[in-house]
Amino acid sequence: MIKESFSIRGVEFKNRVLVASGTFGYGDEVKDLVDVSKLGGICTKSLSWKPRDGNPPRRIVETPSGMLNSIGLANIGVHNFIDEKLPYLRQVDTKVIVNIAASSLQEYCDVLRLLEEQEGIDGYEINVSCPNVKEGGLNFGTDCSMTRRISEQLRALTEKPLIIKLTPNVTHISEFARAVEEAGADAVSVINTVIGMAVDIHKKKPKLSTVTGGLSGPAIKPIALAKVYEVAQAVKIPILGIGGIMTAEDAIEFLLVGATAVQVGTANFINPGTGVDVAEGLRRFAEQHQLADVAQLVGAMESNVEFSILQSWL
Amino acid sequence: MIFQRLVTVVGREEVAEGIFALSLESAEVANSARPGQFINVRFSETALPLLRRPFSISRVDGSSIELLFNVIGQGTRLLASKRIGDRVDVLGPLGIPFGHQGGFDTAVIVAGGLGIAPFPFLTGLLKREKKRIATFVGAKTARQLVTRRLDDVQVATDDGSEGFRGTVVELLERNLSSNPVMRPKMFGCGPTPMLKALSAFAQEAGIECELSLEGDMACGVGLCQGCPVERANGRRKYALVCVEGPTFNCKEIVLR
Repeated sequence: MIKESFSIRGVEFKNRVLVASGTFGYGDEVKDLVDVSKLGGICTKSLSWKPRDGNPPRRIVETPSGMLNSIGLANIGVHNFIDEKLPYLRQVDTKVIVNIAASSLQEYCDVLRLLEEQEGIDGYEINVSCPNVKEGGLNFGTDCSMTRRISEQLRALTEKPLIIKLTPNVTHISEFARAVEEAGADAVSVINTVIGMAVDIHKKKPKLSTVTGGLSGPAIKPIALAKVYEVAQAVKIPILGIGGIMTAEDAIEFLLVGATAVQVGTANFINPGTGVDVAEGLRRFAEQHQLADVAQLVGAMESNVEFSILQSWL
Repeated sequence: MIFQRLVTVVGREEVAEGIFALSLESAEVANSARPGQFINVRFSETALPLLRRPFSISRVDGSSIELLFNVIGQGTRLLASKRIGDRVDVLGPLGIPFGHQGGFDTAVIVAGGLGIAPFPFLTGLLKREKKRIATFVGAKTARQLVTRRLDDVQVATDDGSEGFRGTVVELLERNLSSNPVMRPKMFGCGPTPMLKALSAFAQEAGIECELSLEGDMACGVGLCQGCPVERANGRRKYALVCVEGPTFNCKEIVLR
């Protein structure tokens, strides 16, 4: 029997594969297609205080081995979430991490306070890194002292796991991870999307309505691995590795460079059951390598640190 | 019920210049599909192309479904290269079907270019329900014209190489003014400028009209939120083409 589970602040996740915020709706959209009880957890679509319409089309463009999106945090708002979605999520046999996005510190606090009064939420992931909204989003996520303040204030409001989702669109992501750790957060999600752009050469216009968007998918996996590796050198709190994971092999790479667990994102758009497949593949890999605990893979990469260019950053 | 299945290509035909019909064997999808619905297809096991591509279900024949598409990019070029016996990954049937029942006697089908895709399926159903059908098809040129498995077809081409020279909506307006039809309902699919013209005409004439829209979508099931269309009224600004469409009453949406 292989131990697949891991814990954050005393909350036990049955395996190390979660589905990433914004790629699995509120869980109920694909309940006929996916057995969510085989996932470590579900990170919901970002919630704000009021419903958000999101950005005008065009919101999605496929690019080589990836996709650019500019959804703009379209969501039903925390009140509708509590009324319409939480009853379903209370019944699912997996951990439910509610992702919160906001355009002010006050809004983050208000949403979290309201969710604290509800049953059925196992933890929070804080989106300080959406590249596609004017207020909040990246303004917060690229400001280290703001990221710290948000983490501190939310920490004071909850005893549940508090996970901060970091952006790669900064010079040294490890500085942000350290700030968040010092502020008392329990884990970091690394990475959110990478700012990118695509141009329609016939119309001579950007393909996305917001000009730039967030790149995801296999195209960003090498970036994500390097960021997870960097953060793993800098902090002790668990890292949830995200970025282009399509297979168990991808997930294992993330664990080896220091992720405690992973989130599957864009792959859900192609096959909503990818997370289940990745979890199954991870278990099989551990079996084949006669590991007692998948944790033995975490940070198990052997590397020549003296050759790592990261050393100069840390 | 939405199925996700690896299915086999059982038919392939180039029906006009650069336009292909592909038949896929899937009794489950065929049995539960309704006209106006679509499937989201993955036809590469690599990351090129990465995402599925949505296609109208053009026809159901026994246990197979037919897609109609033109080669416009890397993805559709790859799809056109599929041969009988190859397998593709299908998710569907998806979306809200056309409202084919109720208070109309004559279905007026209006299609521009590849907008014909959903209509052979709808035509088959309407014929079984003994509705009268009048079909108007527009294309750039006769070489790209597809009218197979449609009923009572009138044609418009941009270059006049076949039928009426002009747009399909111009052809429709002329026809309906000279030969009014009894209790019509219109069904439209095609490029956005054509749908805007059709919608304006339908609302002016007071004719009920359903449009089938395209959207730039990734998942097809409401996860990615990638395919908004502006709603004409209501509290929410956008509807999602994949789960609230692709068929919409033309009065419910604003085309840009």
